[in-house]
Amino acid sequence: MSDILLEAKAVAKHFGGVKALQDVSLAIRRGEIYGLIGPNGAGKTTFFNCMTGLYIPDGGGFVFDGQPLKADAPDRAAERGIARTFQNIRLFGNMTALENVMVGRHVRTKAGVFGAMLMNAATRAEEAAIRQRAIDLLHYVDIADRADDLAKNLSYGDQRRLEIARALATEPKLLCLDEPAAGMNATETEELRVLIEGIRKDGTTVLLIEHDVKLVMGLCDRVAVLDYGALVIEDVPAVVQKDQRVIEAYLGA
Amino acid sequence: MKNWLNPKSMTGIALIAIALIVLPHVVGMGGQAWVRILNFAILYVFLALGLNIVVGFAGLLDLGYIAFYAVGAYTWALLASPHFGLHFPLWAILPIGALMACVFGVLLGSPTLKLRGDYLAIVTLGFGEIIRIFLNNLNSPVNITNGPQGITLIDPVKIGDFSFSGTTQIFGFALSGPQKYYYLLVALAILVIIINVRLQHSRIGRAWQAIREDEIAAKAVGINTRNIKLLAFAMGASFGGIAGGIFSAMQGFVSPESFSLIESIMVLAMVVLGGMGHIPGVILGAVLLTFLPEVLRYAVGPVQMALFGKILIDPESLRMLIFGLALVLVMRFKPAGLWPSPERSRELSDKPVEAVK
Amino acid sequence: MDIFLQQIINGLVQGSIYALVALGYTMVYGIMGLINFAHGEVVMIGALVSITVTSTLAAAGMPIGLAGLFGLVAAILVCMALGWSLERIAYRPLRGSPRLTPLITAIGMSIVLQNLAMIIWGRNYLTFPPLLPKVNFEVAGAHFTLVQVAIVLLSAAMMSGLVFLVYRTKLGMAMRATAQNPAVASLMGVNINRVIAAAFVVGSALAAVAGVMVGSYYEIAHYQMGFMLGLKAFTAAVLGGIGNLAGAMAGGVLLGVIEALGAGYIGDLTGGFLGSHYQDIFAFVVLIGVLMFKPSGLFGEKTGDRA
Repeated sequence: MSDILLEAKAVAKHFGGVKALQDVSLAIRRGEIYGLIGPNGAGKTTFFNCMTGLYIPDGGGFVFDGQPLKADAPDRAAERGIARTFQNIRLFGNMTALENVMVGRHVRTKAGVFGAMLMNAATRAEEAAIRQRAIDLLHYVDIADRADDLAKNLSYGDQRRLEIARALATEPKLLCLDEPAAGMNATETEELRVLIEGIRKDGTTVLLIEHDVKLVMGLCDRVAVLDYGALVIEDVPAVVQKDQRVIEAYLGA
Repeated sequence: MKNWLNPKSMTGIALIAIALIVLPHVVGMGGQAWVRILNFAILYVFLALGLNIVVGFAGLLDLGYIAFYAVGAYTWALLASPHFGLHFPLWAILPIGALMACVFGVLLGSPTLKLRGDYLAIVTLGFGEIIRIFLNNLNSPVNITNGPQGITLIDPVKIGDFSFSGTTQIFGFALSGPQKYYYLLVALAILVIIINVRLQHSRIGRAWQAIREDEIAAKAVGINTRNIKLLAFAMGASFGGIAGGIFSAMQGFVSPESFSLIESIMVLAMVVLGGMGHIPGVILGAVLLTFLPEVLRYAVGPVQMALFGKILIDPESLRMLIFGLALVLVMRFKPAGLWPSPERSRELSDKPVEAVK
Repeated sequence: MDIFLQQIINGLVQGSIYALVALGYTMVYGIMGLINFAHGEVVMIGALVSITVTSTLAAAGMPIGLAGLFGLVAAILVCMALGWSLERIAYRPLRGSPRLTPLITAIGMSIVLQNLAMIIWGRNYLTFPPLLPKVNFEVAGAHFTLVQVAIVLLSAAMMSGLVFLVYRTKLGMAMRATAQNPAVASLMGVNINRVIAAAFVVGSALAAVAGVMVGSYYEIAHYQMGFMLGLKAFTAAVLGGIGNLAGAMAGGVLLGVIEALGAGYIGDLTGGFLGSHYQDIFAFVVLIGVLMFKPSGLFGEKTGDRA
């Protein structure tokens, strides 16, 4: 088994004349927390969307867990073990928190319509397991007391947590978080840091897109910086922080 | 749902059961015509619950649902009538009818389910019309459907030697044909209700709801949205097919006229007016919309006579006028339907007032 | 070849009527995302009003051409009022409700209007008075009448007028802005209510003209004439890419021509297995075919989902 979990090979994507991604190549190792940062519009979310199958890259591709990733198939990506959250939180608003996480179990379970109609022992057992696992995950992200509330009625921070729980329910090898700390205060950010570290400790590789440079530098093992759709540097935080190009990109030179 | 065995709900269930058993005899006092209307109400409950899977659960707007009903009805009519001289037994035709409808559902759904909601609506509508036009015209050069005349002398439902048409004596009771069909339909409807409830609270049901809420997020958690939508389509179509078969047998006659666009629209209106996605609401919608036009048919003339001493307005158009107005008014004052699910009504009240979709 | 030319001409005439009606659907859909199912009934009301006014005036001794003009104007005014009331009474209170709610309302209004028309005008076919002299032209073996010429010219004029309205006036700019983004348009001072009402009124005026055209083309009118016509016109709008004016016009004309050609040739194409009574399926078969390969219609913009 290779040490590399996800490898991006010269991924390119343009929208009309705008080059959102220019031949971005990077590699995420198993078990690390990998940060992807860059100024607004640098192409971070575009990279995410290409990787998780929402966009079809115009060039290059991804190798995940030793096998190429199929473009334009988000559900396949999830099945392969890539789970994600969204920058602008996308929960199933009119389902309860618990149901949201239960939906996350979909890809790892298999009861079909006939099972549902007959409600045989296997289906009932699977359903109970789904529910139990979902409850456990709500405890894991510490919002079990909100299990029966509609997702849209949760507080902003709890919605972020719920989205992480739903992603974890798919048993990902790689968890991709798109600006999870956006809009959080210092306390919530600190709690989030603890949660992400816990997730890594429990064996899931984490890819983190974040604006909060302090959080990224404190949390990530390695960091990649994108600017104008191109990779500027990929290294440990201590090196990245001192890199002249990165400082310029952020200061808008 | 867990503790339905407690005495209180047992009493409730018993009362409903007694009411359901007695109902056709009470209604029958007003003439067998009313029992037939009652049967249609249950048939529409069946249909509306089938469409509810597509529209209510999965959020796919289907305006051609009646096509699947037509496929089921004609399958039965062709396999059990003198038209081709075939007389298949019940246990064979009902599954064949469901399967045929299901095949049509998949055929229509697989290329079109990627379309946006309103485009899907018009495509399904077009499909419904295509089916109807074919039924109307496939009488030459090879006579398959017998064209606008339709197919007559269709076999009734028969279980063993027990036929559901004609009057039978059971334990000294005389049961008319419509009354027997009533019990058959109630049994089937209960089955469909159970299936609907179970589907809604299953892995598949959650996936449908997730797609309805946010398709992108649903894909991102690994739901193969195309297949899951297709499954809703196929399930809905199969229910339509079974309902169509029963319709065919119960009437003894089918013609393309029974499967016009307005029928699709009526079934959709039942689902929406009752409360989309909410099973009790859908049942209420189906029963109300079957009975309302019939009650109006009988009431509109006499009421005018009583008020004005003569018939001022053609009762047929007046009753449809009132029916149309009722649809408009219910939507105006109960936009989520007469009996929406608790979540749906909250969904509505939380939404800020916006000019558009 | 003359059958071919003949069917093209017939298709153009029918198609320009579809196009006028399709514009009404597409404007309302573009601005508020509603399939206004009752739009076909507005066409029907237009036709019936113009019959009543024209025949009454003609019976009173007015020259038929002038009476017809009055009939047309009356139809336009009545339909504009009808369109405005539909929006004001039935649809406006429903803004912000679930997507299917206004659709059911539209269906309800369609039933109401049909039966209202049946109560007023009866259930029989009414003969449409001939507004134009019966003059026949012949070009390359294909025949066409003055009425047909008038229909094509009048729709072209109406459509040019609409294009002018939408692209050259302040109201048109407000309409386009609302279609793009109602929230932003409203922040910029656009009166959304007025824009939506205008879309209904303008669409209904076009529908009234279309109603008079259908009536004088087929020389009959009937309370049920609007439904199928509306359906076809909506299909045309989707075919062209709904919400798009040019698309509605092109879709309408295209649909008319395809139908006419289809009806003319289906017998030959299927070796006599299917006859011209399958005419009505072409609209839908073409629609399904086009949408399979171009899901947003022929001229529709690609509306990709964004994460």
